[in-house]
Amino acid sequence: MSTGEKYLWAAYLVLFGAVLLYVVLISLKVGRLEREITSLVELAREREGRSG
Amino acid sequence: MSTSLRNNGAALLSLSAAALLVAGLSLAIFWAPEDADQGISQKIFYVHVPVALTAYACFFWAAWKALRLLWRGGERYDLESYTAVHMGVIFGVLTLVTGSIWAKVSWGQWWVWSERQLTLFLILFLFYSAYFMLRYSTDPGPRRARTSAVYALFGVVLIPVSFLAIRLAEGLIHPVVFKRDGPAMEGSMFLTFCVCFSGMLALAGALYLVELSGKRADASLRSLRERLA
Amino acid sequence: MSGYIADAAALARKDLLVELRTRDTVPAMLLFVVAALVVFHFALPAESSRLAASGMLWIALLFTALLALVRAFVGERDQGTLDGLILAPCDRSAIWVGKTLSVLAFLLFAEAVALPAFALFYEDVTWELVAGLALANVGIATVGTLLGAMAAAARARELLLPLLFLPLAIPLVVGGVGATVAEDPGRYLAFLGLYDLIFAILSWASFEYVVTE
Repeated sequence: MSTGEKYLWAAYLVLFGAVLLYVVLISLKVGRLEREITSLVELAREREGRSG
Repeated sequence: MSTSLRNNGAALLSLSAAALLVAGLSLAIFWAPEDADQGISQKIFYVHVPVALTAYACFFWAAWKALRLLWRGGERYDLESYTAVHMGVIFGVLTLVTGSIWAKVSWGQWWVWSERQLTLFLILFLFYSAYFMLRYSTDPGPRRARTSAVYALFGVVLIPVSFLAIRLAEGLIHPVVFKRDGPAMEGSMFLTFCVCFSGMLALAGALYLVELSGKRADASLRSLRERLA
Repeated sequence: MSGYIADAAALARKDLLVELRTRDTVPAMLLFVVAALVVFHFALPAESSRLAASGMLWIALLFTALLALVRAFVGERDQGTLDGLILAPCDRSAIWVGKTLSVLAFLLFAEAVALPAFALFYEDVTWELVAGLALANVGIATVGTLLGAMAAAARARELLLPLLFLPLAIPLVVGGVGATVAEDPGRYLAFLGLYDLIFAILSWASFEYVVTE
């Protein structure tokens, strides 16, 4: 592989890597949202139990 | 109902982004002719320029949403403008990285000040990074929304002004030696470029919608928590 | 219209009076700009060209301007007088005009000391430099006042303002340094004028959005 080709692949891989990194960040965010929703559901249940 | 439509929009855009980018990059590697001067490394063009144009599109989208916020008011434009700036910065960083690779392969240096677009993106990167600082250090509310909107509007005015400034500075600090666009693009090159560019726009749109629904979910969760607490 | 101008003038006069009594900002700016020029002598290698000295002068003036801009709204904010200003029965953009005028006056004071010091330490002051400074002052004051109002609402105001201001000031530096050292300063002066016009209109129109709650 020539040097030019190497740099070309590097540029393409940067793009690919960025998209993958974004997937990682989004998965972290979804995980956090899930935890928050779970805790909110528990909060709502508790409240229902107290009032009912 | 509207939520499911929005998610479908993101799915649709992701699919078309995948199809167009795979097609475009395959065309770039296997079909488009090699540049006579620069050889194979010229094909970085098919990533670098679409990414740069997409970053501009994001910044203009942010300014458009900001304008609507100032004109009409409305909470939702704030999040939309913020998300667009967020996407613009991501694509701006990608432009800087791919541009730097291109500078290395063309001129043997990782950074070339005479490369106008790259210098402009560096200024824009600094400018829009300060946007995040502004947002993070101001309390949420209508005032922050309007302040961010004004700042986003300043951004799109800064783009042409900075470009002019860089051209003026070039004559002063560096003689113009390098020219990227030599002979006119061939038809096949231009077609490949168009496919790559539309793919990149679709990718940005998909990421924008995903990020936006994430930020909206965050906001709704926060208000739900306040109501339940 | 005459009421608008009177409001703006009254606000600018108020800032100058406050400065005259407290002497918070201008002496600090004067000292800073002279100190910066002295420091630059030691930063420039012995055989640096006069071009480098001109560039350094612009940097010194830009950072001195930041001092004035930070003070312009931080003082108001700390003493809680900003809310009073916003509630005053005048057009909000008149506040911007008044602030811009007072910042401009502070900059002129600083330059009245900086230019003779520059002439004494480094190079003669040319008319191109003076013209460039006059135009750049307007740009610094207009954009800086708006950004100062933005930063005043934030927590880390003194830190935030330079971050907001410097990217926007890059064209001013290009125009100013160009006007000072280029063979044909006309282009650079015209560019500075264009910058002033665009950003003055934009800042004037958007000030109200930035200061109201």
